Amino acid sequence: MSGSGDLLHVVSNDNISDQRRALGRGIIWGSAALMLAVACAQVLQLQGVHDFGLTSWRPTLYAYILWAICLSWGQVLLHGEHGKRTLFVLPAALFVISLTVFPLLFGLVIAFSDWNLSSPDGRQFNGLTNVRQMWADPFYWNALLNMLWYVLAILVEYTIAFGLALALNAEIRARKFFRVAFLLPLMLSPVAVSWMIGKSMLEARFGPVARLARFFGWETPSFFGTPGVAKATIMLMDAWTFIPFMMIMILAGLQAIPKELNEAAKVDGANGWRAFWEVTFPMMLPVSITAILIRIIFKLKLADIVIAVTSGGPGGATDTVTSFIFREYRDRSNVGYGTLLAMFYLLVIIIFMTILMKLADRFARPRT
Amino acid sequence: MSKADMSDVQIFKDSAADRSFRPKWFTARLFVYALLLLWAFICLFPIYWTLTTSFKMAPDVMKGNLVPWWDFTPKWLGWKSLGLSPDTIGAESTVRDEFLKRFANSAITSVTSSVLAVMLGSLAAYGLSRFNYKFLWMRNSDISFFFLSQLILPPVVLALPMLVLYKELALLDTRIGLILLYTLSVLPIVIWIMRDQFSSIPTELEEAALVDGLSIWGAFITIILPIALPGMVAAFILSLVLTWNEYFFAALLTSTHANTLPVMVASQTGSQGISWWSMAALSWAAILPLIVIGVVLERYIIKGMAAGAIK
Repeated sequence: MSGSGDLLHVVSNDNISDQRRALGRGIIWGSAALMLAVACAQVLQLQGVHDFGLTSWRPTLYAYILWAICLSWGQVLLHGEHGKRTLFVLPAALFVISLTVFPLLFGLVIAFSDWNLSSPDGRQFNGLTNVRQMWADPFYWNALLNMLWYVLAILVEYTIAFGLALALNAEIRARKFFRVAFLLPLMLSPVAVSWMIGKSMLEARFGPVARLARFFGWETPSFFGTPGVAKATIMLMDAWTFIPFMMIMILAGLQAIPKELNEAAKVDGANGWRAFWEVTFPMMLPVSITAILIRIIFKLKLADIVIAVTSGGPGGATDTVTSFIFREYRDRSNVGYGTLLAMFYLLVIIIFMTILMKLADRFARPRT
Repeated sequence: MSKADMSDVQIFKDSAADRSFRPKWFTARLFVYALLLLWAFICLFPIYWTLTTSFKMAPDVMKGNLVPWWDFTPKWLGWKSLGLSPDTIGAESTVRDEFLKRFANSAITSVTSSVLAVMLGSLAAYGLSRFNYKFLWMRNSDISFFFLSQLILPPVVLALPMLVLYKELALLDTRIGLILLYTLSVLPIVIWIMRDQFSSIPTELEEAALVDGLSIWGAFITIILPIALPGMVAAFILSLVLTWNEYFFAALLTSTHANTLPVMVASQTGSQGISWWSMAALSWAAILPLIVIGVVLERYIIKGMAAGAIK
């Protein structure tokens, strides 16, 4: 498994006897056969051919875990020292594969079927009906469009985060206090934040923010009444939670810039503004792009706040794809259609992120 | 400082250039502090507001009173409804039992999945930073990308297939089911942080240990792990925060037994009749552990998030 060119050079001479090899192969294939047998028994049970007393797929899961352990152990038996190296990565790889690749393949099957979990009919393959339904579903496209707006809001978040990071990087007192205070929003659970801010502070009659708005002359403040305002409010709440994240990444980048660079700029006669645009900002470009990319990834998962505060309203103006699918499942418990929507979303994300990463790669390459 | 240097040092900074510079420096300073204080207020006010609301009575809420003992008298109203006020703490309380059960669920799932993720992730990150692998067509960079690309996968894609699978596996509404998914969701972040950590440790350390007769795993456990501990703590804390706050999977996959705290908070939010003070008490109790972690372990969280920012 491990070839030449390792960073860590290890000389090992393994004398692996044929017996040991046979044992290694034996446990791997033996446990695989056992897993297959249990799975077959389960299928026969479900078909009603024979009663093995199996009530769920749980035994198959146990057999799978046994097989995974045997596979790892077999690596050491078969390959000796090299097998022990494989053991570092194998558990994590098996874990991720069994929890993502398998459900994704399964999801592909569900996506093209009509499956209402509460109906007794079970899964019914229905071809492209779901795709056609999706094509004609204005609420889904609306949710996708909303995601675009939410992602664009990141630029504003980034500007604020950069400003705060610059302020924190200045020579100030009580830096630790400010750092902790700025970090706290990120720590809080979005659902609790939804109540704390969305439902109580922004409450139209008694909330402190509504009072402030009235003080500034907005007679009837309502933060979730009209589509535009509601969307902006959700963006602000999400920004409140995640600005610390970008701020800390940018701060780390700022602190890695050698001090001499800014001093040199100052000696050359650049004032603060020019020094920022010509020294600090270009130096920060790679970090900024990383921060923005990670932030986009998190933003695309946005759901908790929307589900808890507006549940998509008014009229789907604040809906994200995740919250829309969540409601689609909650209201109609239709697994098939929801899965298709999610799969399509994944496809869009992969294309979008690939283009974005390619662009970022070209953009961030140091210009000489 | 030598004499020659001394003569160059300007003692009185009162030339025209200096005097014009000071006020500018001062206003810049003032601006920075104003900005920082404003943002600190924005960050802290919701937390303060929730805490004080949990001690308010209905008229106080309606009048918008803000400062305890000055414009309202704190009452244990909110905490009484949770069964956590001084006079109800000894008595029976179904709400408190419910709350503690959810709290325990949250604690067990988040701690277990974070430990699991740090273990699996550290091993994988170490292997990828030290050896060359080749699984089928995949080399090290492909394997790394495979792990990190899981970050892009939105939870909603896995949610419904998982729901069906868990139903078949009888894992629905169990803590183990949640733990597995939570581990999966934080694993890429752990690998990201730990890869950074391990690549900063020179390989000479292990080479010396191997010469001394330790095996690879022996060297990893006795030499490398202790050095990488700060990174592991950072990864653990970050995972803990993310899994403690997770709502989407918990809302879909649990119903009565394995509900976590966010699900309880959200279900209370939905009902209109619930009073502000008890909701505030519940929210505050739910975020309290994280505030404590944030204040005490701020260093590690920042370290974790800054990993990978600088290459």
